[in-house]
Amino acid sequence: MPGYTKRLGRELSDLKTNPAIGISVFQADDFRIWLIDIQVMDNNPLYVGKTFRLQFRFTQTYPIEAPEVQFIRSLGRDIPMHPHIYSNGHICLDVLGSGWSPIQTVGSVSMSIQSMLAGNDRNERPPDDARYVASAPISPKQTRFVYHDDNV
Amino acid sequence: MSDASDDFDDYDQGSEFDFEDESFGGSDYGDNEGFEEVKPESTKLKAYEVAHQVLSTADIQQRQDSQISQVASILGLSRESVTVLLLYFKWNNDRLLEQYTEDPEGILNKAGISADDDSKKREYKIKPVDGFMCDICCEDRPGLMTFALECDHRFCYDCYKQYITQKIMDEGESRNIQCPGDSCSLVVNNEGIRLIAEDRVYRRYLTLLNRTFVQDNEHLRWCPAPNCEYAIKCDDVSTKDLKTVVPTVQCACGYRFCFGCGLADHQPCICVLVKKWIKKCEDDSETANWISANTKECPKCMATIEKNGGCNHMTCRKCKYEFCWICIGSWAEHGTSWYNCSRYDEKSGVEARDNQAKSRASLERYLHYYNRYANHEQSAKLDKDLYLRTEKKMTQLQSTSGMSWIEVQYLAQASAVLQQCRQTLKWTYAFAFYLEQNNQTHLFEDNQKDLEMAVEQLSELFEKPIQELAGLKVTVMDKTAYVNNRRQILLEDTAKGLRDGRWWYQVEIK
Ligand SMILES: [Zn+2]
Ligand SMILES: [Zn+2]
Ligand SMILES: [Zn+2]
Ligand SMILES: [Zn+2]
Ligand SMILES: [Zn+2]
Ligand SMILES: [Zn+2]
Repeated sequence: MPGYTKRLGRELSDLKTNPAIGISVFQADDFRIWLIDIQVMDNNPLYVGKTFRLQFRFTQTYPIEAPEVQFIRSLGRDIPMHPHIYSNGHICLDVLGSGWSPIQTVGSVSMSIQSMLAGNDRNERPPDDARYVASAPISPKQTRFVYHDDNV
Repeated sequence: MSDASDDFDDYDQGSEFDFEDESFGGSDYGDNEGFEEVKPESTKLKAYEVAHQVLSTADIQQRQDSQISQVASILGLSRESVTVLLLYFKWNNDRLLEQYTEDPEGILNKAGISADDDSKKREYKIKPVDGFMCDICCEDRPGLMTFALECDHRFCYDCYKQYITQKIMDEGESRNIQCPGDSCSLVVNNEGIRLIAEDRVYRRYLTLLNRTFVQDNEHLRWCPAPNCEYAIKCDDVSTKDLKTVVPTVQCACGYRFCFGCGLADHQPCICVLVKKWIKKCEDDSETANWISANTKECPKCMATIEKNGGCNHMTCRKCKYEFCWICIGSWAEHGTSWYNCSRYDEKSGVEARDNQAKSRASLERYLHYYNRYANHEQSAKLDKDLYLRTEKKMTQLQSTSGMSWIEVQYLAQASAVLQQCRQTLKWTYAFAFYLEQNNQTHLFEDNQKDLEMAVEQLSELFEKPIQELAGLKVTVMDKTAYVNNRRQILLEDTAKGLRDGRWWYQVEIK
């Protein structure tokens, strides 16, 4: 059980009572793994009408340490096409690594990812996708991403 | 200890061998207040030696402290702020002073120091605050202890401590531990860390600071030997010199390494060629099979291709170039005469086969040097094993022969010299591989040959039966002195050649 249950409890109730548009809790039965569904709200043709599923995995030291965050596939949920999202669901985004601060939340991370999708118009994977996916560690946190240009 | 060690002429006058401890003295030892022993004025450096000194952790700490004090007094800032500034400027005083003078506030800001620092310096305090809720853990009970930097991003003490522990212990961060507040770049300085962190964490923090001090300083380098905590200071060599000197240094732990690149002693070969050579050896590790008659190189990327079917239409797995197995020409030029080559003499085929011949010739040249290089590496290991076995037998022999421990030390010395000479020889072959033949290289090759022969003769002595070897003390000592002398001659000449620009290389060195 993570040490920061009070914090996660509050985050969960915030997410449920005050949900941001396009972000909803699919499953949060414990304080280890949460599944969050996100939709991209503007009419970006790449993602319109689609829902994607993020998996948050918390360690004992969350939120001092960043959660492990990735997209997962399941029925009707695909991995969004994006030049910073690998086809195994790993996301290259600095707030999930070196840019993490303990006052970030599940909600704020979800929104960062949502806007990262909203601003994208390239229907492609990272250039090193095949190589990365073939040798990627199970946890994206084991990867030291060299953050791609964040303006994409 | 003098460097009489390098001067074997006087061993027979009874002086001790001490080249294992050889220390390179220099006349510029004036600035190391009280560091280690004083070198005699007369000690002259050889062409292949560089002046250097060994620093302990305490020495490093002291140098760091005095640099901080010095800058603090110039800028009139607190030691804490100056430490953060120096870390930001990677301990480069000049750059710090120059940029700070131009724009003090901007620099403080960039480095993560609150501008209202100092004179009216605010004291960090851990204290409870009424009606406070911690944004990290969401705790809000009354009396909760809290902490904040000048930015007033306040969090509970426990969270702050956890955060700092995580940064220092798990992430190894020391230079840039920022306030946990959202996009706040204020740095938690030494004072803050000392106040918040547990003792063991604070000690770790200081160790990490020491590390950055050495890493950031062009004239300092950690000894790479495992578990060694010394650093080497070498003022006379900077990166731009590495094309003309091979700055081998020796740590107090005995390890000899290159100050320029940190690898084990690679005299006489310069760092950039060492790097190229190692890379080449890695890339070409399959070379032995490469030469086999059943393979050809892809004419585009030179990858090795093995023909495993009857079809002459080859596609390189690596670069996808399509070519003909018979003529090595481009497949595209084969038009409709598919699977039946009749173009052996046409242009693209002739050129490609020419290239193959050249590439094989260059491969053979490489193997010539590589085999010699690898042989010395291998032999050094065998020599060592042999010596260890001999030493063991010698020890057993001592009781029966009446020889004392001191008396068998000549074998230890001989073995050490042998190891060092093989190391040198090994790198002469890498060096020679890149060397352009000119009338200067003959002397180098002669020196190499002489050392090679001397080394093999000394090595052979170790293979003698132990009883016989015990009676060969003078021979072994003579040979040892001679071999060491040959090594010095070779190193002296190559070092001078480097300095005088006598060597030309077959590759571009940047
Ligand atoms: Zn807290
Ligand atoms: Zn702050
Ligand atoms: Zn050492
Ligand atoms: Zn080097
Ligand atoms: Zn190829
Ligand atoms: Zn052909």
